[in-house]
Amino acid sequence: MSDNSNPQRILTDQDIQQITRAEELAYELKVEEVMSRDVQCLHPDMLMHDALELFRTKRISGAPVTCDSSLCGVVSMEDLIRCLLKQDLDARISDYMTPNPFFIHPQDPVIEALKLFVSTRHGRLPVVDQDRKVVGILTKGDITAGLLRALQKDFHAEELRRYRASHLFEDIVSDRTSLILRYQIKPRDFSHGGAASSNIKRALLRLGATPNIARRCGIAAYEAEMNLIIHTTNGGMIRVEIEPHQITIEASDDGPGIRDIDLAMQPGYSTASEEIRELGFGAGMGLVNIKRCVDQFRLESTWGKGTRLKVRIFMKPEESAA
Amino acid sequence: MNLTLGEIAKALNLELLTQSKDWEEIRPSAGYTSDMLSCVMAGAPHRGIWITLQAHMNIIAVAALLELSAVIITEGAQPEPSTIEKANEKGVILFSTKEGSFEVAGRLWEMGLRAMPPEE
Repeated sequence: MSDNSNPQRILTDQDIQQITRAEELAYELKVEEVMSRDVQCLHPDMLMHDALELFRTKRISGAPVTCDSSLCGVVSMEDLIRCLLKQDLDARISDYMTPNPFFIHPQDPVIEALKLFVSTRHGRLPVVDQDRKVVGILTKGDITAGLLRALQKDFHAEELRRYRASHLFEDIVSDRTSLILRYQIKPRDFSHGGAASSNIKRALLRLGATPNIARRCGIAAYEAEMNLIIHTTNGGMIRVEIEPHQITIEASDDGPGIRDIDLAMQPGYSTASEEIRELGFGAGMGLVNIKRCVDQFRLESTWGKGTRLKVRIFMKPEESAA
Repeated sequence: MNLTLGEIAKALNLELLTQSKDWEEIRPSAGYTSDMLSCVMAGAPHRGIWITLQAHMNIIAVAALLELSAVIITEGAQPEPSTIEKANEKGVILFSTKEGSFEVAGRLWEMGLRAMPPEE
């Protein structure tokens, strides 16, 4: 869980990216979704004997105490031990209970309960409504179980999304159905290098393409994306058209263009600068890699005007995205 | 391949830079060495282990796209914190070592790891 001990700390964008799904869920889930509703309450006039008996038979280590059905205390295992040491089990609950205990509301997010568990070191929290009536009890175990259930639901939802997406092409009837993805690529934007291609690969997998097809498209798109980042004056555009029988990837830019396409297509030929080579680019393999991964390859360029790359990957019936 | 990342990391005294669950149990399919990203794109085997002295952000995109099992950064090159963060986000496992790429590849070969043809 994130460190909330220092309220001065301001969350940066990077911190927020690091928040895991479990943490997100701790903010989304409500206490009432994870609490136990089957709660055993004690009364201040009952004896500590009754608390012992309740803990033993129900295998619990604490219970809320209610006066006129509203929360007025809790008896914990520690209270019971205190009483046992004094051999005072005939005492009233009210003599040993902790009055005015911490509690939480059913509508509070789970994260509030987690904060209370950390700050109070209590093992359980009574859950009370607006009238302080006890409606449930919450332990860390309840939260863990609730988070796991929610993550499981997430997983099923993702499976369902994938299933629905993979049937997209079957559900939409037209003479020619296609889905178009567009990505704007900025020049020299190395820190986002590969972002578009990884999104393309993910989209294809979700649409039901085979891992092999998705991988080939991913590699071709990556090399095209890096070419736009490394070589273009103003960046460019990647456009991916997904059809049931084929995937078309186009990368276009407005300059500077390729002087000699035949030379550019030779393995090992590169015009990349020394700085760019130091980063491991400019092996002169980019276009070669693209060609290797695709079924149809077309490269047009005019020096001073720009470059347009258009490649296609055909899906065999058993590899079809639809 | 029965060799696990846990065994490799221990034998070669690799420093784990990223946080991932159960990384020790991952079994790399093969090994690959190059510092040119396009060569890696063309040659690194699926689920393979990649040895390189490149430590900048773009190795993460390559490793993620190719679904490599791990990257070993050699000669003590240290990635930026933002690169490690990106690796964590993408589920890429990064190791660092002071040894050179040749040494690391040799040790992995000795342990039984082999190269594989780029086409699966």
